[in-house]
Amino acid sequence: MQRLVLVLALLFPAAALSEPISGYQFMEPSTRQLQDDDFLNPAFFLVERGRQLWDGAWPGAPEGAASCQSCHGAPESSMRGVSARYPALDPATGKLVNLELKIQSEIARKLSAEPPQYESADLLALTALIAFQSRGMPLDVPTGEKVAGWLAQGEEIYTTRRGQLNLSCQNCHGEHWGQKLRGDTISQGHSNAFPIFRLIWDEVGSLHRMFSWCMEAVRAEPYEYGSEEYLALELYLADRGRGLTIESPGVRR
Amino acid sequence: MCLLPLAANAGDVSSVPLTSTPGDPARGQDIVRDTGRASCLICHAISAMPDRDQGTLGPSLDAIATRYTEAELRQRIVDARTLAPDTIMPPYYSNEGLVRIGSRWAQSTIYSAQDVEDVVAFLMTLGD
Repeated sequence: MQRLVLVLALLFPAAALSEPISGYQFMEPSTRQLQDDDFLNPAFFLVERGRQLWDGAWPGAPEGAASCQSCHGAPESSMRGVSARYPALDPATGKLVNLELKIQSEIARKLSAEPPQYESADLLALTALIAFQSRGMPLDVPTGEKVAGWLAQGEEIYTTRRGQLNLSCQNCHGEHWGQKLRGDTISQGHSNAFPIFRLIWDEVGSLHRMFSWCMEAVRAEPYEYGSEEYLALELYLADRGRGLTIESPGVRR
Repeated sequence: MCLLPLAANAGDVSSVPLTSTPGDPARGQDIVRDTGRASCLICHAISAMPDRDQGTLGPSLDAIATRYTEAELRQRIVDARTLAPDTIMPPYYSNEGLVRIGSRWAQSTIYSAQDVEDVVAFLMTLGD
């Protein structure tokens, strides 16, 4: 174990071992390069597509409040820092919402339109556009009494061994990060780059899709995208990764 | 499906092969390297095998047959929790006490009884 700690300290000199380390640091150089260059980044089209959706009139929306742009103006200013604070409690309902659910409810409530489905190309695009406005900013989700129950639920899900392989998130990403599963180095499993282009999916996906992928990898029954379980886990992860800077849209293995 | 209980005397249980067909080391070797079977090389390394990218999560399996008997290996594969309740090694021939197994997998264990015997037979070839 001492040797492992030494090796990790050498590999990740910039971070004390108690500080969270972005999944970026665990990627091959070629994968990092893809993320580093917006022209090469295969997730970056989401930001451009998101901007078209942001500016354009939403089918079915009333005149005067026809688009995201008509109320919020340019996302570069109005959405700066928003993603860093999510998931958050929705004052309208008192429930925890992530960016995806907030976008859906805004389209339904403010634009009186049919919101894009979870994991659809349009919802991924708007999520990426908004998350991109917080790039470089540290994760800073709410804490305190109002979210304590959600955080506790998220921790419970994170630490519960599950599936036929009987593994928790914590078993791999908390206790054995830095070690190899076949050729892949186990990361700390942080959430600061979503939506991501994932090389093994050969497409973009949300954090909740990643949750389901991991659940299936340990042969466990996943939860629904947007479920309370995944929202709680998302909040717990954001709290666990507090201080990591947002990289969205990221590229991962 | 006959699942082995989490028996206190699991050592005794494990000394008896799970099937009447003797383990086939060649087939065991195929299983060991098959990542689709959640198999050994994902987490363990065997330096005699040419496979690239072997795991480092568990201890090396080099010369494993000099350290454990056939029964001890069988017990660790069937359900290592009987020896170390907190082990991260999955139970390969028991679904006992597992949480939220996906419906695709719930009707069987990771390995069949014969798979266990074949893998044990292969591991027993890993001597000095």
